[in-house]
Formats: sequence, structure tokens, C-alpha cells
Amino acid sequence: MISLSNISKTYNKGQITALKHISFSVDHGELFGLIGPDGAGKTTLFRILTTLLFADEGDATVNGFDVVHDYKQIRNCVGYMPGKFSLYQDLTVEENLNFFATIFGTTIRENYALVKDIYQQIEPFKNRMAGKLSGGMKQKLGLCCALIHKPDVLFLDEPTTGVDVVSRREFWEMLARLKKQGITIVVSTPYMDEANRCDRIALMQKGVVLSIDDPANMIKDFPQKLYAIKASNSFQLLQDVRNYSGVDSCFAFGDALHVTFRDSSDQNMMAYLYTKAYTDVSMEIITPSIEDCFIHLLKD
Amino acid sequence: MKQLLVFVKKEFIQVFRDRSTLLLLFGLPIAQIVLFGFALSNEIKDSKVVVVDYSKDEVSSRIIAKIGASKYFDVERSLANADQLEAAFKKGIIKSAIVFPASFADDLLHTNKASIQIIADASDPNLATAVTAYLTQIINDYQIQSGRAVGLPLQIIPEIHMLYNPELKGAPNFVPGVMALVLMLVCTMMTSVAIVKEKELGTMEVLLVSPFKPLYIIIAKLTPNLIISIVNFFIILLLSSIFLDLHVQGSLLLLTLDSILFILTSLSIGLWLSIGAQTQQAAMTSSLMGMMLPTLLLTGFMFPIENMPLPMQWLSNLVPSRWYFIIVKQVMLKGLGINYVWKETLILLGMCILLFTISLRKFKIRLQ
Repeated sequence: MISLSNISKTYNKGQITALKHISFSVDHGELFGLIGPDGAGKTTLFRILTTLLFADEGDATVNGFDVVHDYKQIRNCVGYMPGKFSLYQDLTVEENLNFFATIFGTTIRENYALVKDIYQQIEPFKNRMAGKLSGGMKQKLGLCCALIHKPDVLFLDEPTTGVDVVSRREFWEMLARLKKQGITIVVSTPYMDEANRCDRIALMQKGVVLSIDDPANMIKDFPQKLYAIKASNSFQLLQDVRNYSGVDSCFAFGDALHVTFRDSSDQNMMAYLYTKAYTDVSMEIITPSIEDCFIHLLKD
Repeated sequence: MKQLLVFVKKEFIQVFRDRSTLLLLFGLPIAQIVLFGFALSNEIKDSKVVVVDYSKDEVSSRIIAKIGASKYFDVERSLANADQLEAAFKKGIIKSAIVFPASFADDLLHTNKASIQIIADASDPNLATAVTAYLTQIINDYQIQSGRAVGLPLQIIPEIHMLYNPELKGAPNFVPGVMALVLMLVCTMMTSVAIVKEKELGTMEVLLVSPFKPLYIIIAKLTPNLIISIVNFFIILLLSSIFLDLHVQGSLLLLTLDSILFILTSLSIGLWLSIGAQTQQAAMTSSLMGMMLPTLLLTGFMFPIENMPLPMQWLSNLVPSRWYFIIVKQVMLKGLGINYVWKETLILLGMCILLFTISLRKFKIRLQ
């Protein structure tokens, strides 16, 4: 459905590298996630795939069309929701949806079934200006507008950034339903915890794809045992654990430390911590999250 | 086609929801008319003057020589009779004329008293007043000098005659100027801001990634501005008719068509400016700075172009409002027809086509 080979892109005449030799492909009907922090190159990648930017080198196709030569065909068959809220703030919810439906040569009625689930949630506010909507509702409206013409491929650039937890969950449920209708979806997010919602993910950092896999496989392939260490004085704990010679990596995750050891496991850790006079310290093996995988990949 | 209509409708909704812009759009012409109601000063240098000498005697030729010798005037040529004056004025090259009656020398010789007629093109009232004052001064000088020589007080009485605008009303001059200025500013500013706004909001990205043709985006953006500017044009005409008692002398249709041509030219400039600008502020600044100053300085309604250094005169040829200003003066004030303004109209048409083509080709269908 989508394929990229050796895509590179620089800005400012080569001074800033946005993408370095990116190659991957997305299958028909797949929910594909681009996961990475700000500046990873996700937006640039979206803009190349939606024909808005030229890559410096490499080729890419969307739905069988070349992103450079067949840009008109691509613009006909994709839905795109940019990262910045891209609707008319001074038009109402209904006017926005109507406008985008017409621009894409369709009507709300024709494809209402597709957006119904989402649109029903914002319908009570249909006469409100889009600029006055809450973050979550804005994103839902944006999704409606990107969907209204029943695209073959949907590109969503950070649709859940700046949205509350409940709305985020709802949003991902909507994407799962759209996937069932056979729409290929490429979505980017800086939130690692959303990665599990995707069929496959590409972990990105500084213009490079670190790994592409099914999230479950990625977790399974985590090469070391991962421990969570907790204590009430977590700041002091971080210092002490990092000073321990057998520790391979140690990062704070919420109220716990995620730790890996050089020898895969290290039973002396607890003894070491008791010598440091921790009384409430605990240590257990845990299943790594995507974020652990990401940090592990960054280290390599 | 339906897509285009919906887009145009959306543009109108947005314009009418933005109250402050709306106020600016329609407040600007009214404010300008009031502001520019005050006279502007003009300087005279090498003003072209035509002489009709029925007397053909020593005194008249001395006066003519004296006028020609001054730095203020150039004696363009002599005409055989006053009937040709009208045509000479309508060409717009000469600003004033002097007529010596047949009996001039006789009267002066026998009665020590003679009349002389000074005619000035008062469609630019400040210029006309200044020109007549300078001419009168030169004649007075001659009087005093020759009076001393003969030992008798000579009296030459200049009869001043103002053409086109006998009451020396300021309005006839500044209304065409305000029209040029307001239409130019409103069109360029509104257009450049309207397009950059979409870029800034990120909606341009969505519009581009749609089947909607880029040409349609441009047309949809220009249409409301075109209509609003035409309304503005009629508001100015109405205001000057009601409050300044200044009516369109020539063909309203010709004036309207030429104005639409000028509006389209200005819209193309706005489109052009919007291509480079990334923020609404940048677009606003570049259209204000880039358009306001040249329009004010090089159009000819504040400062006469003929008094400028040559490079500035050449530069002024590039300013569309300069040509529009001439058209409005000729059609609205002098009541002349297309055969007097076809050259300016053609220049405007050429500029319009050129600017629109450039903008169209430069309009980015991608983000880079």
C-alpha cells in the first residue's frame, strides 16, 4: 500500500538532516505507527508521503502512485490530518465538515456512515466555532474532515498530542474501527504507550528508523531481563543504583527505576541496596514496555 | 464548479465574521477621503506653457521670452488661435496657457493698460494656483522694468481662467488618488493575508492534499476581494458625489471597467506577495511598505511626477496606480473617452496579465 525506499531529506541546504535513508512498507489495511519524540522526522515523513515535500533522495509510493510524479492521484485518494490543528477556527463544526466534504467532491450524507461514530460525539456542538472546541473535540472534528471522502489511506500526524487521556483512548478505538473498514492508517505519536494499539510500529529518532516490528515482537525481542526497583526516596535510589558496577542501564519510569544488568541478572543488587540503608526497597522482574525498547535501541 | 462556489462562500463567511477587518475595509476609503481633503503643496519646475499670440508685437514677444527664460516654465510652442487650446490641454502635457489679445500692443501703447489671459489646468488645483501666481509675477516684473524705461506706469492686467475645475476644489485631485490608494492597499493586503492565513493555520496543507485544483484556490481567494473592492469603488464614487459634489464626467462604464482592471492588477500583486510570506504579519508589512509608499510617492497625486528626478520618473512607470490615476482623472474629471485613455488601459492590462501569470506559476502546490 505504501512503500518507501532510501528516503532522505535535509533542510537549510543540507545543514539539518530530517530523514536518513528511510525504507519500510505498509500493507493494505494496516494500522501503522510512527513512534518517536519531537524532531524524530515524523512530520517530514508525512509531508513527503502526502506529496507536500520532495525527498532529497529515494523513492516512495502511496497506493501504487509515485509521490513525485503522480501527486494528483495521491491527493485524490488519501486523507491527511496535519499535526497543527488545521481547520477553520472561524467556521462552525458543521461548516468545516461541509466545506471539506465539498472540496473532496462528496457530501456529508454520502459518507455519513463512515464518520457517524465520531461525528455523533461532536454533533451537539455543531453550531460552535471550531476554534472554541476543546482539544479532544478538535481532533475528532479533524478526523471527521480527513475521513469524509472515504480515503484509501489515512495519514494522521500526532492526532492525540495535547488531548486528554479519555479522549486519547476514544480516538484509538475509533482508529481500530476504521481499520476494520479496510482503510490503511499511518499514525504518528510521541506517546510510547499508544504503540501497542498499532499493528506494526517504526521507532524513530533523529531521522533514523531504529526498529520496525509488531509491538509484541519488539517486546519479546528485548534482549535482557528488565527489573523494576522501587523505594520511597527515588532520587537517592537513582544515584545509588547508577553507581552500582553491575548495572547496564537505569532510567526513572514514574515512581520506579527500570534497570538492566550486564550479567542478565544480579542477585547482589538487593544486598547492595540494604547496605545503603534502604528499608522499603523492592525489586521485581517486569515485562518491558515499548519505551524500554526505545531506550534500549537508543543506547546501541 | 460546485466546489469553487462553496469555497467562495466560505471566504465570504470568513470575511464577514471578522468584524475588525470589515471595519478596516470599508472604513479606509471614508477615512482617506476625509484625510486627503486637505490641500497638498506642489512645486513648479519647467511647467509646460502654451502661448497664443494674436498681437505679435515687441512687448508680447519680450514677455514670452521672459517666461521662457525663467526656471519655472518651458514655452512648449505657440498656437495660431485659441481654439486649439482645448485639445492641447486634453492631452495633459501643458498645464497653462497665455493668450495675448490682438489689441494688446495698441492698448498698452495708447492707454498704458492692456489685458492678458492666463488659462490653467485646474484639475490639479494646487499646481494651477501656483502656476498662475508665478506667471502673474513674471508679468508684473516685466511691467515694472519696462515702466521704468519709458517713464510711464504700464498696466498689464492678467485675467486668470481656471479650466476643468474653476472653483479650485481640492476634491477633484485627491479623489482619483484616494481611489488608486485605497483599491491598491485593500486588494494587495487582503489577498496576501488571506492566503498566508491558510498557510499559518495549516489549512493550506489540507487544501493542497485534496483533489481541489490550486488554480481554484487562487480564484476562490480572489473573488471576494474583487467584489469587496468593486463595492469600495462605488462607495468612493458615491461619497465624492454626495459630500464633495464631484460627479463622474465621463462614461461610468469605462471608469468601472478600468477600475476592475486595476483591482485585478492589485489582486495579482497581493497574490505575488503572499507566495514569499510565511506569516500574516509579514504579508501585511510587505504589502503596506511595498505598496503604500510607491503608491503615495510615485502615483503623481501628492507630488507631480514631472518634477521628480529622471530615475524616479522611470520608476514611476512601473507603478500601476500611476496609470490608473491618469485614467481616473481623464475619465472622471475631464469626461474624456476611451480614445484618450487607451494607452494607459493597455499598460494596465499588460501589467495585470504579467503579474497574474507570474503569481500563478510561482504559486506553490507543495510546501517548499
